[in-house]
Amino acid sequence: MTLSTTLRAAAFGLATLAGASAAQAADITGAGSTFVYPILSKWSADYSTKTGNKINYQSIGSGGGIAQIKAGTVDFGASDKPLNSDELAQAGLGQFPVVIGGVVPVVNVKGVEAGKIAFTGPLLADIFMGKIKKWNDPAIAAVNAGLTLPEGNITVVHRSDGSGTSFNFTNYLSKVSPEWKEKIGEGTAVQWPAGVGGKGNEGVAAYVKQITGSIGYVELSYALQNKMAYGAMQNAAGKSVQPSLKSFQAAAASADWKNAKDFNLVVTNAPGDESWPITASVFVMMYKQPKDAARSKAALDFFKWSLENGQKQAEELDYVPLPVDLVQQIEAYWAAQIKL
Amino acid sequence: MTPALAPTDAAAQRSVIDGRADRGFRWLVTAAGVFVLLSLLGAAFSMFWGGREAFATFGLKFLYTDVWDPVNHQFGALVPIYGTLVTALIAMLIAVPVSFGIALFLTEVAPPWLRTPVGSAIELLAGIPSIIYGMWGLFVFVPVMGTHIIPFLSAHLGNLPLVGTLFSGPPLGIGMLTAGIVLAIMVIPFIASVMREVFLTVPTRLKESAYALGSSTWEVAWDIVLPYTRSAVIGGVFLGLGRALGETMAVTFVLGNAHQLTASLLMPGNSIAATIANEFTEADSEIYLSSLVALGFLLFIVTFIVLAIAKLMLMRLARREGQA
Repeated sequence: MTLSTTLRAAAFGLATLAGASAAQAADITGAGSTFVYPILSKWSADYSTKTGNKINYQSIGSGGGIAQIKAGTVDFGASDKPLNSDELAQAGLGQFPVVIGGVVPVVNVKGVEAGKIAFTGPLLADIFMGKIKKWNDPAIAAVNAGLTLPEGNITVVHRSDGSGTSFNFTNYLSKVSPEWKEKIGEGTAVQWPAGVGGKGNEGVAAYVKQITGSIGYVELSYALQNKMAYGAMQNAAGKSVQPSLKSFQAAAASADWKNAKDFNLVVTNAPGDESWPITASVFVMMYKQPKDAARSKAALDFFKWSLENGQKQAEELDYVPLPVDLVQQIEAYWAAQIKL
Repeated sequence: MTPALAPTDAAAQRSVIDGRADRGFRWLVTAAGVFVLLSLLGAAFSMFWGGREAFATFGLKFLYTDVWDPVNHQFGALVPIYGTLVTALIAMLIAVPVSFGIALFLTEVAPPWLRTPVGSAIELLAGIPSIIYGMWGLFVFVPVMGTHIIPFLSAHLGNLPLVGTLFSGPPLGIGMLTAGIVLAIMVIPFIASVMREVFLTVPTRLKESAYALGSSTWEVAWDIVLPYTRSAVIGGVFLGLGRALGETMAVTFVLGNAHQLTASLLMPGNSIAATIANEFTEADSEIYLSSLVALGFLLFIVTFIVLAIAKLMLMRLARREGQA
């Protein structure tokens, strides 16, 4: 009797102890990109109901995420902009993509419906540089045969805050327009030569909806939710494509991930007939030799589960899940690079 | 003998205790005063320290160049400083007369049963968070500006010499004028409630004497109420001005956040507080972050200079009064 009670108490004590340490190890923390926040919180909620492990993600922006992981205050950082191999090696970090999304041009022009107006990369660069000022400019008409465009002024709407969306958009414009690359360049924030700045995707969407004759760029889900008139794009293969999960996925699949060291690849202007040209991926950064291996392992377990089982949730939220062979490549990278 | 001494002893003892309590109290309130001074200096110094890299790199050029190029790491504060001053000026041009009117109405003109509800309504307005003003500005006020007010202004004022440049440009709806008007609506409650409080302190016999001499309500307000309460009224205006200079959220929504220097009030601009709020999270290089902190320090300096000028004006006014 006494023995069994003592034993039971001891067993109970041990169990609580084990439970407590498991819970501590499993409380994974991450910080960074706001773009990836909706899908990360969906994945972590599902993962938590399945396994009981919680993920605490703070969407403080990509720059903040990189700073936090470098300072070692979080288990993983998330950024819309990949770090190059030198920078990763210096900080002892590894990097891999987790999800893909797309940036679409949106317009507010009388008589133009969603998907009915088309742009080429250089045309978009000229508009955002303020070189093309009117909607009835011959350069716009040239790629929009059959569409009557009004005479009004073009008002450019860009992001006022630093953002991965801006990074991918300006990265694309730099790839297709030498003049853009030389004068403005790429970055989460750049010196915009024209237009007004809205805070966040929702700010740009609100400005475009309110200013007649405006053009902006947002992530696809914002364009769909706000029922905005998005534009089709001519891709690197010279084909006109509509923004959709299918064309984003085609871009992700056609990108040359195999030869990208540490997955340092921005998938804009991807080759392939079906590829959407302004496709963006979100990267996660983790230590290759983490101080607390148990926590990093828990984080990797979470990403493994998400990449293998989270496709449906991603599509529901207008993200593109990574192609299967890319997921395999990422898992091989984990096994080779991250010491647990 | 002894019974006579006892009260004196007690009194002496009491005065010692009182003296100690007095000194204690003195230290306590001095510490409170010094605390304000220390936190002010501490805030100013830490912002200066955070911005030292920007000041060292760009020097005085930081103050008068309008370039803001995160890609090439070139920063200048002219556009945000200009936008901050212009929007605050527009706000004060609108808010001061309107607040004066509200306060006068409430203290001199309105029937007594109306005074309390309108007075409480103004105080309630002061408690609305600035993000609400921003969203109201963007979703309700900007379309009205874009479709009615700005086309009207450009059509009637846009072609005048000099003034015309202030009112030219496409009808975006967002811009410095819109931001100034939203700011005015935000600071009116502050200025109006201070004015109302101080107008109530004017002795009734002063006003009644003036009325007895045949003054109109306007004359009483201008010649009796305002001079009597002048320094408190200006204090209220400062309070509003301080808020207008530092307001962040509401301005970010309607200002347009564009780093471009334009003379037109209808075009988008940027303000110091809005720039910091927008760009702080993604400032990904040392010099970028340092420039933003330096902007914060400049806001400190700009506010200090504006308040100093206002104080100087007040002293001038007092001296002229003394001579007259």
